[in-house]
Amino acid sequence: MSKLTVPVRPQDHLIGPTNAPVTLVEYGDFECPYCGQAHYILQEILEKMGSELLFVFRHFPLTQVHPHAEAAALAAEAAGVQGRFWEMHDALFENQRALEDLEILDYADSFDLDLGQFEEDMRKARHLPRIKEDFMSGVRSGVNGTPTFFINGVRHDGSYDFPVLTRALRDAAMARAP
Amino acid sequence: MTTAIQKESSLPRETRPALVGSVLQPGTLAPDFTLQTTPDQTVSLRDFLGRPVVLVFYPADWSPVCGDQLSLYNEVLTEFKKHKAEVLGISVDGIWCHLAFEKDRKLRFPLLSDFEPKGDVARKYGVFRQSSGVAERALFVIDSEGTIRWSTVSPIGVNPGADGILTALEELSVRKQAGP
Repeated sequence: MSKLTVPVRPQDHLIGPTNAPVTLVEYGDFECPYCGQAHYILQEILEKMGSELLFVFRHFPLTQVHPHAEAAALAAEAAGVQGRFWEMHDALFENQRALEDLEILDYADSFDLDLGQFEEDMRKARHLPRIKEDFMSGVRSGVNGTPTFFINGVRHDGSYDFPVLTRALRDAAMARAP
Repeated sequence: MTTAIQKESSLPRETRPALVGSVLQPGTLAPDFTLQTTPDQTVSLRDFLGRPVVLVFYPADWSPVCGDQLSLYNEVLTEFKKHKAEVLGISVDGIWCHLAFEKDRKLRFPLLSDFEPKGDVARKYGVFRQSSGVAERALFVIDSEGTIRWSTVSPIGVNPGADGILTALEELSVRKQAGP
């Protein structure tokens, strides 16, 4: 049973209350088609579970097979320092076939980011260390492809379709209930 | 992941009869072999004496789990290289199939063809699956003197990840620093 080796920290990208009964960590790649499918499932789950769930996204770009994955991850971080991580995260997953530099710049523009700063961050790959840190934390936790999920710190090896993932999250919530 | 801390094979007992012989265990001298890696090149295990070797047996090119597993090792290669380790992929696929697969996945380590006699090397390591005629999904970490230091066999549909390999390589590095 693989366990998350780096616990969820404040500097992670989080949606939901930090005291939620269930924490779902995703290691994902913005150019991975399976992560793209999972994105829509996760949106439904987040809506359904509300404050019961804390969702965390960590980067796991497979750069040799996905030539845009690293730039996309950098873009999410560059948007993140301007308070727009999740907007960029959603835009990237919803436009996986449009991840060229200029297209990414368009998304940044649509969120009213400081484009000068954004472009400089991208050019200097300023947030690469953080992405590598996420990646290695995934490797050491037994991430074996994308997406890989951890529910309350334990790798979820089942399917991530809506009913299976929802049941696994509910079971984890029940197991934790006093 | 659990395989990282298991020195013994993690193969569930009920699947053992499918294997020919038993999986070579830590402490065993790794059997040497020479296999083709391109139409005009062969690779021998003894070529790598002096460096750790990660042997990655997998059932087949192109099956989705293998692709993921090898793509992952491709990404983690720089971490393996920190331990000066070489990664060798081995399956029963032919050399042309390997070449197409390597190109498609942009793999930066060689794939060896255990094609003739089919599965001969997998048999020597105790990881040939007779019923389906392919290798198990098995990992061996071999030290710089050619001794197996860690091995694991994953259930056929499960990608074992890279953490077990990294832990084994780290232990080798620590052992080396500590001296004999």
